[in-house]
Amino acid sequence: MSGPSLQKGLAAFKEQIDAPVAAFFNSCMHCGMCADACLFYTETKDPTRTPIYKLEPLRKVWQQEYTFWGRSMKALGMSKPVTDEELGQWEELVYDSCTLCGRCSMVCPVGNDIAYMIRKMREGMAAAGHAPEGLIGATKRAVTIGSPMGVKLPALQAQIRHIEEDTGLEIPLDREGVDYMCLLSSMEIMNFPEYTAALAKIFHQAGVTWTISSEAFEATNSGIQIGVSEIAAELVQRIVDAAEKLKVKAVISPECGHAYMAIRWEGPNLVGKPFDFKVVHILEVLDELREQGRLKTTGKEMQRLTYHDPCQIARRGGVLEQPRRLLDMIADDFVEMPEAGVMNWCCGAGGGVSSNERADDLRLKVFNRKKAQLDAVQAEGLVSACANCRIHLEEGLEEYHMDLPVLSLTETIAEHLAEDKS
Amino acid sequence: MSKDETLGEALRRQGVTRRGFLKFCAATASMMALPPSMVPVIAAALESARRPSVIWLSFQECTGCTESLTRSHSPTVEGLIFDSISLDYHHTLQAASGSAAEAARETAMEENHGKYILVVDGSIPTDNPGYSTIAGISNRDMLEDAAKGAAAIVSVGTCAAFGGIPAAKPNPTGAVSVSDLVHDKPIINVPGCPPIPVVITGVLAHYLTFGTIPELDDLKRPKAYYGKSIHDRCYRRPFYDKGLFAETFDDEGARKGWCLYKLGCKGPTTYNACATVKWNEGTSFPIESGHPCLGCSEPGFWDGGSFYRAISTPTEDLSKAAVYAVGAGAVAGVALGAMNRAKKQKSVDAHEKVTIDDLDKEK
Amino acid sequence: MTETEFLLWVRGPALQIATIVFVLGIVVRILQMVMLGRKANLAEARGSALAGGLRTMVTRSVPDRGTFQRSTFTIVSGYIFHIGLFVTIFLYAPHILLIDEVFGVSWPALPTPVVDATAVVTIIALLAVLIHRIKDPVMRFLSGFSDYLVWLVTFLPLFTGYIAFHRIGLSPPMLIALHILSVELLMVVFPFTKLMHTFSLFIARYYNGAIAGYKGVQS
Repeated sequence: MSGPSLQKGLAAFKEQIDAPVAAFFNSCMHCGMCADACLFYTETKDPTRTPIYKLEPLRKVWQQEYTFWGRSMKALGMSKPVTDEELGQWEELVYDSCTLCGRCSMVCPVGNDIAYMIRKMREGMAAAGHAPEGLIGATKRAVTIGSPMGVKLPALQAQIRHIEEDTGLEIPLDREGVDYMCLLSSMEIMNFPEYTAALAKIFHQAGVTWTISSEAFEATNSGIQIGVSEIAAELVQRIVDAAEKLKVKAVISPECGHAYMAIRWEGPNLVGKPFDFKVVHILEVLDELREQGRLKTTGKEMQRLTYHDPCQIARRGGVLEQPRRLLDMIADDFVEMPEAGVMNWCCGAGGGVSSNERADDLRLKVFNRKKAQLDAVQAEGLVSACANCRIHLEEGLEEYHMDLPVLSLTETIAEHLAEDKS
Repeated sequence: MSKDETLGEALRRQGVTRRGFLKFCAATASMMALPPSMVPVIAAALESARRPSVIWLSFQECTGCTESLTRSHSPTVEGLIFDSISLDYHHTLQAASGSAAEAARETAMEENHGKYILVVDGSIPTDNPGYSTIAGISNRDMLEDAAKGAAAIVSVGTCAAFGGIPAAKPNPTGAVSVSDLVHDKPIINVPGCPPIPVVITGVLAHYLTFGTIPELDDLKRPKAYYGKSIHDRCYRRPFYDKGLFAETFDDEGARKGWCLYKLGCKGPTTYNACATVKWNEGTSFPIESGHPCLGCSEPGFWDGGSFYRAISTPTEDLSKAAVYAVGAGAVAGVALGAMNRAKKQKSVDAHEKVTIDDLDKEK
Repeated sequence: MTETEFLLWVRGPALQIATIVFVLGIVVRILQMVMLGRKANLAEARGSALAGGLRTMVTRSVPDRGTFQRSTFTIVSGYIFHIGLFVTIFLYAPHILLIDEVFGVSWPALPTPVVDATAVVTIIALLAVLIHRIKDPVMRFLSGFSDYLVWLVTFLPLFTGYIAFHRIGLSPPMLIALHILSVELLMVVFPFTKLMHTFSLFIARYYNGAIAGYKGVQS
């Protein structure tokens, strides 16, 4: 049977339910604290956007399939099965109103990891044909073209030529046996070529050998955003094949949120075996170089800077201290927003939301939460390490008439590299 | 004493002064919570009371009730009254015995048919009538026979009132209470193991005075004596309220007279007059002597969990139940858990691959 | 059935039945839950899942400042009635005797007047919690029959215990019997409702902390 169906969706729910999911559903007290932690609720006051409520169809399947009471009720014909219509109604809650940011998971008093469950629920939603159109399109492009934005190798090569001209440095393609194979998000390739230029400059100064694979340069993974593990695995496998082919020591995930989650944490589990190479985030690499004394900077940013922790890198990824140590090198006046760090508020655009045109208005509306955080510090520059956050932050700041430049941490470091006297 | 002697005549003959008599009436009135104006009424009624016929039947009992009533350090008016009314037939006390005694009983029942008071102590075995007989007559037969002509029945002691200790699990004799067998006569239960002596005579005094049965609670006990719990009248109550308990019979708390709740006192759920009227002419009662109340005036006190375990503890073995439940739960849980795993594995095995062509629903 | 017989039944067979349902139900639910298992994590660990899990089991009880400011009522009232329940159940002398009887362990009790005052505060807190559940838009939206049933079976033992101690309303043996019966009701309802969180929350918190700890995050 091909094509989406309710049956496939429900089967996927059943596959995805594990001991943590059962423990979470067993424990939920309907206390509503997750709503208070979710910007999609706080900025809309719509109770249907309560994080645990977004999981209701999954919870019903858990109850009806994996509990004695639920099974008995089902056998007696006394339970309401999950319908296709219901999944259709939940599409907006699961995809438009959730970025998988995981703030709810930090706050739940009984310890429910709600974002973990949303990720699993999406497997069933997608299999049942209830993923958003925009995200389906991005996923198709990612699989067939190699990039959700449709960026092909020639476009990359064109960008590379420009960067090489501007920097006078080589961007090595398909180099074997190097320290790092760098991935790039389509967003960075198209909108922020300064990032790749920054890599070239920093690696040159630090004496790091690196390369980009022409066969697998895309960092993003629509598969984990839409929630289809086999598609996500296919996208990861391309990177694994390239890394193995080029015999690199490590793969660097760029300034992109979910890309890090996809390759660092989900990757080996998707393809079914551990990697032969390491996976690191660019901030981890830079911090390591800093520690080894191989990263030499000069001068400081004098404007007041603050840092936005991208959810998938910080809270869900574990890269929290590195950006602060790096900012310490190049920021004269650094302030933390309230609740910065592991409790940072999501920008509102991750987890596939920015690929979903239907969610545009909502995404900009919930930016208010970010605005409140920013208003508290009155910064003059906002630094982050995710290109998707960056684009959305810029849009949001413009929407709310806030004059605040958004900077990439890697790019800012590169701007302060000490001149090579050689 | 002659049959036609009034109670007043009988008491005077035995040297009770008018003053002493009135003191007794006043005490009786106050114990029954009657106003002082009732004292002359009681006095007049008792003075002229014709000695009512009382038949006292002792069945499956330990004789403690009779002992309680007759034990006194010095003759009391209660005792004298008792003496004056109970001579028609008292199995234990009467002078005559054998067939003569039975003849006396039958005569009394006949002559006073419909008017005599039947007092019963001891439970009645229903299993095998041979367990308890008097002159070859089973307790059950004798009770049924005697109840027919009784004006009222007084079940003295917890055995007669509720079955008592003979009825304790597994109740080998099939012991039952009077109320279990007699349903068509007024019954007054005077429980206690044994009851307080003055309670027994107080009930009789009420009947003699008013010719009616005192107000009874839903266990047929006179409210005048059984209307308040031990707990509500216990002098150690302040310690309970503060949470100061004796832990053992001889620890510091016990010596300080702290509450005996932890040692199993059933005061909170027991109704009797022990805490106020006390025993041995007001000398003491169990709690005052340092022993927890057994709850002996309540039905089922014999099977209500240990005398030395507090009311808050279970009466059955919970640990065993819990252990069995853990075992059964483990078996059921593992089975259901295995079913869960199998179902999940089945879904995993039957996984239909989702490709990019399988994402679009015809919307 | 007389009052005394009712009290003895409630202290005896009824308590046994309730214990069996309670224990069996909890064991079954926990096993059903954990036997679903979890796939092994093939990604390279940054931190310790075990340490993270154990840590979160404890630290999740302390909300961060921002969360506290935003969910103040839920957190404060929740703490009050949980602590209140703990005090009235586990630090009251007659209850400790029951625990000693069943488990063979005991500890010093708090003075009875302190427990009594705590009971009053807890009753008020539970009433406040109910009102909040009805009035707060999110809680009202999320709540169904089961939520209100759970509130009731939690409230009744506390309320009946209070009036039993103070001997208000009905006869004391009846009050005590109703109190014990209300606890039996709670025990029987327990495994079928979110009251399971009493045990499952430690498992849930563990998983949460383990998933995060593996990645080097303290959740």
